[in-house]
Amino acid sequence: MSVKDKVIAIIAEQAVLEPSDVTLDSTLESLGIDSLGLVESIFSIEEEFDISVPFNANDPSEGDFDISTVASIVTGIEKLMVEQKGSV
Amino acid sequence: MKRVVITGAGTINALGHSVADTMEAMREGRCGIGPLEFQDVDRLAIRIGGQVRGFEAEGRYNRQQMSLYDRFTQFTLAAAKEAITQSGLTFSGEFAAKSGVVLGTAGGGVSTWDANYRSVYEDGKNRVHPFVVPKLMNNAAASHVSMEYNLKGPSFTVSTACASSNHAMAQAFQMVRTGMAPAMVTGGSESMLCFGGVKAWEGLRVMSRDACRPFSANRNGMVQGEGAGVFVFEEMEHARKRGAEILCEVAGFAMSSDASDIVMPSKNGAARAMIGALADARVNRDEVGYINAHGTGTTANDKTECAAVADVFGPHADKLMISSTKSMHGHLIGGTGAVELLACIMALRDGVIAPTIGYEEPDPECALDVVPNEAREASVDVVLSNAFAFGGMNAVLALRKFA
Repeated sequence: MSVKDKVIAIIAEQAVLEPSDVTLDSTLESLGIDSLGLVESIFSIEEEFDISVPFNANDPSEGDFDISTVASIVTGIEKLMVEQKGSV
Repeated sequence: MKRVVITGAGTINALGHSVADTMEAMREGRCGIGPLEFQDVDRLAIRIGGQVRGFEAEGRYNRQQMSLYDRFTQFTLAAAKEAITQSGLTFSGEFAAKSGVVLGTAGGGVSTWDANYRSVYEDGKNRVHPFVVPKLMNNAAASHVSMEYNLKGPSFTVSTACASSNHAMAQAFQMVRTGMAPAMVTGGSESMLCFGGVKAWEGLRVMSRDACRPFSANRNGMVQGEGAGVFVFEEMEHARKRGAEILCEVAGFAMSSDASDIVMPSKNGAARAMIGALADARVNRDEVGYINAHGTGTTANDKTECAAVADVFGPHADKLMISSTKSMHGHLIGGTGAVELLACIMALRDGVIAPTIGYEEPDPECALDVVPNEAREASVDVVLSNAFAFGGMNAVLALRKFA
């Protein structure tokens, strides 16, 4: 499974949707994921990819990790994987 | 002062997943205590308990709920559903704004602490699920009940060890009696039957390895249970107007503090709580037909409690009945008074006194009618429910048959 497919699976589970309902340009808000759901998604991402995501729920825009769309999340994860593990 | 009645009851415990099943087990003197089943039980010296069996959270609660509900919250919600459904109440508008939920628990989300400590200490993980804190906090159960049923009035959690749910119900009673709330959801729950929970209790050396035999000369300690008891306390006129079925009346309560020892019980503290409850309920001591004892099955508690009863009731102590249902469902710690209130309701409403099972040898220091081994039919008008906690904090409720 690619990073993109894994992220879509995580987000779909959180939103209680089918993976086919989640596209790269979906926003978490449009999928109905609230702040608790966001924190849980980040946890699942960290567990799945064995990375540490710089995310502070007090200020989600702080830090480099862009959560505005599914595509930006995938890009952010790939960047973190290179930084923290040397490759995607 | 308003009168306060109980219009709904719910439970889940080792004897059953409902009030009807639990009362049937109490009538039959059935024992819900058995071998414990959970991870690492083989590293415990104490391997028995009143564990709730056949309760699958999966399917009952969705994935999101599961990530937020510790087992003590799951038990609470199951019991609250039964109680509120029976009451027939729905909470909206001004009624919802004034009605709340006060629950007792000693440990809160013990198994959540346990599982996550295991994960970071034993498994060496450096990350825990984001909801660990909202899952384990002691008020989680009360909060979820408030959200589920739209209870927007006074709501909080009381934690006084083994007296938690009696203290909680005393608060709820006081709120309805003073007119502060028209109805309150109240009771308590506990779920400490996991490796760390039982290991901690083991350390005190007060646990029995084979059975809970309150008042019996050969008793050798307490046995832990788990579960929840939840009730709807409602202002009497409010209940009457809507034609609700009334299970019994809550007549009074009292609390006392021993102010002496962190674990040893005090006859004087227990006696003062019982005397206070009788005075608060304005009943004479010879009207009391039954006492649901704290009756833990430890040497110290049972003889101290019996001595306190003898002091408070004088010659009438030999006429009343006193039993400990912990012999059947185990000691639910912070939830115990709530489950034991069911035995009080059964006594008042059905005229059936729950027995003290496992009773084998009379103890001269517990020379009262402890309703040994078999339930008894008897008409009683007033009952007491005792709870005497570690830390010397006591809470006694007085209940009356509703007529």
